[in-house]
Amino acid sequence: MANVISDEMIEYVGILAKLELSDEEKEQAKQDMGRMLDYIDQLNELDTSGVEPMSHVFPVENVFREDVVTNGDDRDEMLANAPESKDGAFKVPKTVE
Amino acid sequence: MSLMSLTAVELGKKIRAGEVSVTEAVKEALAQAEAKESSVHAYVSLNPDYALERAEQVQKQIADGTLTGPLAGVPVAIKDNMCTKGIKTTCSSRILENFVPPYSAQAVENLERAGAVIIGKTNMDEFAMGSTTETSAFGVTRNPWNLEHVPGGSSGGSCAAVAAEEVSFSLGSDTGGSIRQPSSFCGVTGIKPTYGTVSRYGLIAYGSSLDQIGPVAKDVTDCAAVLEAIASYDPKDSTSVKRDSYDFTGALQDDVKGLRIGIPRDYFGEGLNPEVKEAVLHVARVLEEKGAVAEEFDLSLVQYAIPAYYVIASAEASSNLARFDGVKYGYRTAEYTDLHNMYKKTRSEGFGPEVKRRIMLGSFVLSSGYYDAYYLKALRTKALIKQAFDRAFERFDMILAPAAPTTAPKLGESLSDPIQMYLGDIYTISVNLAGLPGITVPCGTDHSGLPIGAQLIGNCFEEKKILRAAYAFEQSKEYIRCPLSAADFSKQGGEEE
Amino acid sequence: MSREYETVIGLEVHVELATKTKIFCGCSTQFGGAPNTHTCPVCTGMPGSLPVLNKQVVEYAVAVGLATNCTINQHCKFDRKNYFYPDNPQNYQISQLYQPICVNGGIEIETERGKKIVGIHEIHMEEDAGKLVHDEWEDCSLVDFNRSGVPLIEIVSEPDMRSAEEVIAYLEKLRLIIQYLGASDCKLQEGSMRADVNLSVREAGTEAFGTRTEMKNLNSFKAIARAIEGEKRRQIELLEEGKTVIQETRRWDDNKEHSYAMRSKEDAKDYRYFPEPDLPPIHISDEWLMEIKARQPELRTEKLARYKEEYDIPEYDAKIITESKKMADIFEAATAICHKPKKVSNWLMVETMRLLKEQEMEAQDISFSPENLAKLIDLIDAGTINGTVGKEVFEAIFREDVDPVRYVEEKGLAAVNDEGALRAAVEKVVQENPQSVEDFHNGKKKAIGFLVGQTMKAMGGKANPQMVNQLLNEILSR
Repeated sequence: MANVISDEMIEYVGILAKLELSDEEKEQAKQDMGRMLDYIDQLNELDTSGVEPMSHVFPVENVFREDVVTNGDDRDEMLANAPESKDGAFKVPKTVE
Repeated sequence: MSLMSLTAVELGKKIRAGEVSVTEAVKEALAQAEAKESSVHAYVSLNPDYALERAEQVQKQIADGTLTGPLAGVPVAIKDNMCTKGIKTTCSSRILENFVPPYSAQAVENLERAGAVIIGKTNMDEFAMGSTTETSAFGVTRNPWNLEHVPGGSSGGSCAAVAAEEVSFSLGSDTGGSIRQPSSFCGVTGIKPTYGTVSRYGLIAYGSSLDQIGPVAKDVTDCAAVLEAIASYDPKDSTSVKRDSYDFTGALQDDVKGLRIGIPRDYFGEGLNPEVKEAVLHVARVLEEKGAVAEEFDLSLVQYAIPAYYVIASAEASSNLARFDGVKYGYRTAEYTDLHNMYKKTRSEGFGPEVKRRIMLGSFVLSSGYYDAYYLKALRTKALIKQAFDRAFERFDMILAPAAPTTAPKLGESLSDPIQMYLGDIYTISVNLAGLPGITVPCGTDHSGLPIGAQLIGNCFEEKKILRAAYAFEQSKEYIRCPLSAADFSKQGGEEE
Repeated sequence: MSREYETVIGLEVHVELATKTKIFCGCSTQFGGAPNTHTCPVCTGMPGSLPVLNKQVVEYAVAVGLATNCTINQHCKFDRKNYFYPDNPQNYQISQLYQPICVNGGIEIETERGKKIVGIHEIHMEEDAGKLVHDEWEDCSLVDFNRSGVPLIEIVSEPDMRSAEEVIAYLEKLRLIIQYLGASDCKLQEGSMRADVNLSVREAGTEAFGTRTEMKNLNSFKAIARAIEGEKRRQIELLEEGKTVIQETRRWDDNKEHSYAMRSKEDAKDYRYFPEPDLPPIHISDEWLMEIKARQPELRTEKLARYKEEYDIPEYDAKIITESKKMADIFEAATAICHKPKKVSNWLMVETMRLLKEQEMEAQDISFSPENLAKLIDLIDAGTINGTVGKEVFEAIFREDVDPVRYVEEKGLAAVNDEGALRAAVEKVVQENPQSVEDFHNGKKKAIGFLVGQTMKAMGGKANPQMVNQLLNEILSR
């Protein structure tokens, strides 16, 4: 495997992705990611110099809405699925500022 | 024969003619599901109360002339990644197991406006990540042609439900082949429209730049009729495209004279099962007999589509799935020490292994220091792939390809080697990267009786051409029912009662 | 302190735009409102929801860019900034990194040390986050998404400022420009304008920048000035002790006058920006740009020149009035009604400024209508009320925007112009004050002032002063 993923890297990506992996899962993730990156490295065979990265496949531009209020008060519907709510708000563990 | 053995358009005709009531049709769909679900498990959830209530409303609207379209009163199953107001929508994930959306996807709304009656929500690979429907958190779906085999994925439930004649038609979604590949494995017809043709509003995103909703049905006529109903320009989806015409059924003509069909050599080489190859090339011969011109050519860049796809789709997914955090909806872990611990435990317990794998990969390729090497490289590759298709469509009206390199694998054979599984999407993935329409039509069976599908790929906004060719091909053969459907399950279900 | 240090400051200013709706959905941006009553699937990050860009946001951003001498990126697009926090419903913020809408601008500021240009690196559009409130009773926080998705522009300056004074001058100039454009009310206290301060110090005369820190939670000009002084001191002390400054985000506590590092292991600061796939790019055509340019309102410099020309008021007056868009608007509207620019100006410069100071208000908080000010001026000019009563009426206008005509009538404040009644009052005063009359006849012309005052007092302040003067002169010269 050309791409060797370190423990630190897996730890770091876990922080970014907000995933907590067991030791076993970490080992698996290192293997999987290394193999996947080896596979993806095939792209380096391609000469893409001078090619613009294409994020949107069609040349659609300028899709706007007018500045007009269309929504009413749907608070109860927005809160209906919340695991925990209080006083019309979503309840979360205390955030430290 | 069950009412669910009819095509959607045939059933719709009977309903409008008053030969069958909507309630009868809905009850039959529910009875078929009851009889077959223990073996197929196409659905995540069935909604009999909702369906029966809707049946009555629709019946009234047909009677008073409000509903006159071909799908009025016809039962439909919806892939469980499309929001349905008041009906649980899970993406086959534990993290959304109790999510009841406050709104419906635009495609679902369009379908309901056309009078279709939602029977239930179909099983899928978790968040549409997979090619077998085995990554569902709620159990696998089995292929109605052979219960030992997978139905394909990720729209495995939608395709199995149609093949097993549990429902008249269904909606699937396709990010890298998720309609076309399971359609091939289940012997049904499915179309992925041009990107932007069907609104993505309310489709729970996997890879936003690739996702498209499309119909799964028993034949091309149904596909065209359903596409006509669900396609719309939607101001709520900024990537929605205003089409000149939404008349897809107008394409249903048995006339392919002069159509130029390209057969990419690089799609028919190594790795393609010979039986699949033979069956797909047979389609070319049939169309040639009807006056089309088929010619081999080199598409190029084929091997780069999968790596580019996995970079782009995983990157988008890592961001799209960040919202599942135990705050606003869905699962929240029972015990946690603080906010970040809650996030991590919720997500680690709520997502399955394949989803975590792609989120990890996606987070990595976007992370500081890797963005250019991976993400931008993939976007540049995508541009080259699009150019390759543009060149092909200068010469051809459409491209004929397999939908998958093999027929449906056995359950449990695919997940152990992810890259091997990803390679199965080689003929479908580049179509998503280039935003093109593609349709899978059944074109035979292998030695063990498993179905084979052929894929017709059109230039963007040229669904009508591929629908016409698929329709013409379909006229040359009989619809083959799966053995499970051929056995009289409705009777069996009756005996059990 | 043995060495001389120079402070280098750059600002990131967030401004909430004055649109009616949020940047990506049709929810109201109105301030206040019970928690989550201005929310929908888009701004609460519901699965399957998609953003659609509010056109007005683009127009405001371009307007601010033009007014701050930026180059408008006619091709721009949105990117996703990924980070987890509960006030961020999608756990990504839609912002602009790679192609922001405006770049390379700058504005001129003036301080005691003279004029200078502060460069603007870029202006980009983005969405605001929701609000987190720490629960008083339970150990938890509550999330309100009413502000989630309110449009913001972030104005990133170059590190061109060297003192708190320059920073305040820059912010005041920026605020005035944006208020003139009507793009935002820019209230620091309410958070519609927020400034993060990037600050580093270096030895005077050196070229290389020192390590900078970013300070957040600054919600008044005073807090910003204090935070700059505090952070400058802290960094210099570190350097003097031979320690190094760490690049970090710090939170200013204005009560304790101290900043604290905001750090966490879970805070990787790796935002994984990538192009937003749900939003197509924006193309601002030449025509569109011209349209926005043509619609640009008159800014302060142009207004100043016009006031001198058109209204013939002193430069000093014009400067004070145009220091606030609100004041200038009232001036122009009231003048258009009563056609007495100097009088309108006087009421704004003297009484209005006095009351604002007294009530600790800012000019933009003025709530009276120009119509009522114009009516008041006309009432005084017509002699219906005198100047003293006028001031009393103006206070009522300032407080409650009363209609002066009705107010004067209801309170019986109209000047007494009835000659009979006035003559009787004057006769009485003359009779009761023989000493003053005598003084007057002995050449003490000032004595008449006392008699006028007595008459006014007798009339409850409502007498027409000109008539009283006239009558007194007549009676005394008999």
